[in-house]
Amino acid sequence: MTPVTLLTGFLGSGKTTLLQRLLTDPAMAQAAVLINEFGEVGLDHDLLDRIDDNVVLMKSGCICCTVRGEVADALMNLQSLRDRGEIAFDRVVIETTGLADPYPVLQTLRAHPVLRSHFNNGGVLTTVDSVNAASQIAHRAEAVRQIAAADRIVLTKTDLADPGDVLALCRALARVNPTAHVVTSDAPTPQIVGALDVGLIPDDIPDTASHEGHHHHAHTLNEDLGVVTFSLTVDQPVDWTNFGIWLTLLLHRYGDRIFRVKGILSIAGETNPVAIHGVQHLVHAPVHMTRWPKGPRTSRLVFILEDIDPDLIRRSFAAFMKLDDVRAVA
Amino acid sequence: MCSLCGILGCDDHWTNAVDRPGVYTRNADRQQRRADATQRIAAANRVLSFRRLSLAEWQGRSYVLSTATGATTIFDALSHLWPEAEAMATRGFDPLDPALIDWVAAR
Repeated sequence: MTPVTLLTGFLGSGKTTLLQRLLTDPAMAQAAVLINEFGEVGLDHDLLDRIDDNVVLMKSGCICCTVRGEVADALMNLQSLRDRGEIAFDRVVIETTGLADPYPVLQTLRAHPVLRSHFNNGGVLTTVDSVNAASQIAHRAEAVRQIAAADRIVLTKTDLADPGDVLALCRALARVNPTAHVVTSDAPTPQIVGALDVGLIPDDIPDTASHEGHHHHAHTLNEDLGVVTFSLTVDQPVDWTNFGIWLTLLLHRYGDRIFRVKGILSIAGETNPVAIHGVQHLVHAPVHMTRWPKGPRTSRLVFILEDIDPDLIRRSFAAFMKLDDVRAVA
Repeated sequence: MCSLCGILGCDDHWTNAVDRPGVYTRNADRQQRRADATQRIAAANRVLSFRRLSLAEWQGRSYVLSTATGATTIFDALSHLWPEAEAMATRGFDPLDPALIDWVAAR
């Protein structure tokens, strides 16, 4: 399985600059790159030094609208070129347009009958512009969605921003997506390249009780957009079947308003935890972790939501987790 | 064949994931797979009974969803359960609807 990393970030946040830099690293020599652009004439691929068969420009429009056909076609084309021995690559990076919602690309990888046998989700890397991000988070749902979907965040233009503003932005990012790890774009290249190898195993999921030193369960990120992040902590082992029914129904009904759900579960009957990753309607294959990360050995789920009351989710979760108790009586 | 996506035999729902290194699944052992499937059907039926629907397995391969009046639909993948259930019921299934929460908690 070849990992596909999604490189996303708001307009002008420095995706192409970052990609340009990453491609100079030897670890990226075998990467195939797909670039999606909005507009008649593609520019970004001209900005990249390494133009060869492994760099493909998709320019028919915004990735949200064209992704199902074009990304799938481009990936299948790369795969068949590789099968014929014409090119070699060990990973794929897809650079999205600045307004793209990452979900359709992930969904394409997951659902496409051919692609899902050859490619898997290598994580979402989101660039965040230190100068403009605070305003983008406040006003643009696309920016919030891109940050919410991130497994890693690369903070760009830190040299142009006031250090106090950067610190405030880091706090804001932690509230939008407490599960993403943040690196700055001036970090050494191997560290940034390493961010592409995020995989889907979390090394830390924040615990509600210790989050920012107080006991609030939910944070309002943006009152205009109604975006809230909250975490659910469960002391008892979770029944996998009940959880599956519950999350499947919840995301079926509310997936367009649940930007992200990520967490680790202590499953009844299992010694090691299971990592769960969902982006909108999509849940990735659950990861069976080899050990517990730092922190308490309790189930922790972090949600990033729009216009949903966290208390209802908590009540719903508690009720559905008792489905198996009911069965025992029936 | 699934009536929604037209793909044959596609039950690789995340709750029933394939047996692959690193992926959590109960799909590796036949007995466990059967026990898990039985449990899943029972749990789903608790929720589906809210709209008088019932779910059964067919040949260990597909799912059959029925209404109280005997209408049925068949599908292969668990991912189609809720879309199919909503299509058959006159109203949807909202896991945050206090009435459904109370129904699930009370029974």
